[in-house]
Amino acid sequence: MKDLIGRLRKLDERYLYSILAALVVLFPWIVRSVRWIQVVNFFFVYALLGLSLNIILGYAGLFQLGHAAFYAVGAYTTAILSSRYDIPTFWLLPVAGLLSAVFAILISRPILHLRGDYLCIVTIGFGEIVRIALRNDASSLVFLSKIPGLQFLEEKLTGLVITGGPNGIFGINRPAILGFTFRQQWHYYYLFLAFVVFTVFAMRRLENSRLGRAWTCVREDELAAETMGIDTVRVKLLAFAIGAAWAGVAGNLYASWVTVIAPESFSFWESVIMFCIVVLGGTGSIPGVLVGTVGMVVLPEILREVLLNIQQWRMLLFGAAMVIMMVFRPEGLWPSQRFRRQLELAKEAVGSE
Amino acid sequence: MALLEVRNLTKRFGGLTAVDRLDFEVNDGEILGMIGPNGAGKTTVFNLISGIYPPDEGEIRLNGQNLLGLRPHLITEQGIGRTFQTIRLFRNLTVMENVMAGRHCRTRAGWLAAILQPQSQQLEEQRIREEAERHLRFMKLYEQRAELAKNLPYGDQRRLEIARALAIDPQLLVLDEPAAGLNEQETNELMQLISQVRGSGITIFLIEHDMKVVMGISDRIIVLDNGKKIAEGTPAEVRGNPRVVEAYLGKEE
Repeated sequence: MKDLIGRLRKLDERYLYSILAALVVLFPWIVRSVRWIQVVNFFFVYALLGLSLNIILGYAGLFQLGHAAFYAVGAYTTAILSSRYDIPTFWLLPVAGLLSAVFAILISRPILHLRGDYLCIVTIGFGEIVRIALRNDASSLVFLSKIPGLQFLEEKLTGLVITGGPNGIFGINRPAILGFTFRQQWHYYYLFLAFVVFTVFAMRRLENSRLGRAWTCVREDELAAETMGIDTVRVKLLAFAIGAAWAGVAGNLYASWVTVIAPESFSFWESVIMFCIVVLGGTGSIPGVLVGTVGMVVLPEILREVLLNIQQWRMLLFGAAMVIMMVFRPEGLWPSQRFRRQLELAKEAVGSE
Repeated sequence: MALLEVRNLTKRFGGLTAVDRLDFEVNDGEILGMIGPNGAGKTTVFNLISGIYPPDEGEIRLNGQNLLGLRPHLITEQGIGRTFQTIRLFRNLTVMENVMAGRHCRTRAGWLAAILQPQSQQLEEQRIREEAERHLRFMKLYEQRAELAKNLPYGDQRRLEIARALAIDPQLLVLDEPAAGLNEQETNELMQLISQVRGSGITIFLIEHDMKVVMGISDRIIVLDNGKKIAEGTPAEVRGNPRVVEAYLGKEE
């Protein structure tokens, strides 16, 4: 085995990438199983979500445990406008992204000054608020009729269907372009693949830009960053907005893929999965997020084939995996170089005492 | 008109008056030293100038422009660069990246330019690198540019903080105990560097406990004790001032 790895290392990097690219492009043709292509499609959606959260959590260092809310805004925007007004879902991509971004700016602005744990708790809160509001549909707003002058709202809002309540929305249009409608799993495979490739490409560029540096400075030492001329409020808002916009886009793709969505797909547990994808995979690192997604999404599916009672074991395995990771490899499976070095130095310091 | 004018500056923390009706000026092109026993309020003055917290009373003006109420990043943009008493580098970033951070407020590329990378953004990035390299060479840190900031020896970290502040292209450089923890050779090198910085047209305002440094490079010195200015003048004048001597000796009890 070591010999094989040794030989692999010597191969020109470009050969490996070409082979990998070919495998990725030919995957649906090689693996004919609809089930497994579907699993990979799930991987793609969560990869997008993980990469979007990586901006907020990985680059800017803001503890976000309510990311599913942005995902939901994008998905529901697409679902409502598509099923009710028959707008093509591709046109709704920018709408979903934009609405998620605006939503993110509105709710994050008042809480930007909060530190670490406090920010975390508030984000859990707004994640839940979104889910419950979606579940209660227009009834969520009935409380407004208590305001003098707005009594008429009570009658208008009760029974009004916007989000479809606990049953959600069905009949979302599938994506269509130039007369071609995406229907089969392998159609979606290439669509999602294109998005993931573009996202990785765009993230790489963001990472190494003036804004990307500003994010890492804010993460390292916010006061120093502000004193060095970085507008930390603006930079943090941008992290939320861009991260949310991308989650909204993922929501659009997801909605047009499953064509039926319900509030329970955007629960706190989903936010936790996204959080773990980023942290366990390697906070701040793009390959880390992809590896994390494999671990959190693909692995359970593979295990399902092996252990038929996976549902019972899932929580147990999940908890065990977290503990093991934090003890043996807290920097994540594929950490960004910085984090790994930070931890190595910490270990050295302790060892030398 | 002086470069920096401070009038009636007052800051209270609960019952403690940290800075008490402070009045002073920093003249363009000079090196002004600020000394005083520990707890005299010197770093508080710096934090007030940087905009980290607002004063309770008083005014701070840079080139006649009122700095009160401005957030720290805007004050920095106006042209004030600073270092911290406890070094506050971006520890997990490289030396190069730390200095590039100083260029942030002098450049403009946003998220869209970052993704699309038009000609203007690429040119800007190149200039950021060139500027950063220039400051690194000046501070004799070019060789270590790829090293993580936290791996640098202490003396180099202090110089890096100064390089980062210089990258802002400030009019006024505010240094909080730049010589703290340096050995004799490093201290001499620092004094030379500070002179060179002044020579390039930047005004310097520094806090320092090392008397050799302060007396050696300052044009003028102000002395603080318990938040009040108790003396002001050239190094020679201040050294002989009995009130200054008393402030230091009195505290040793």
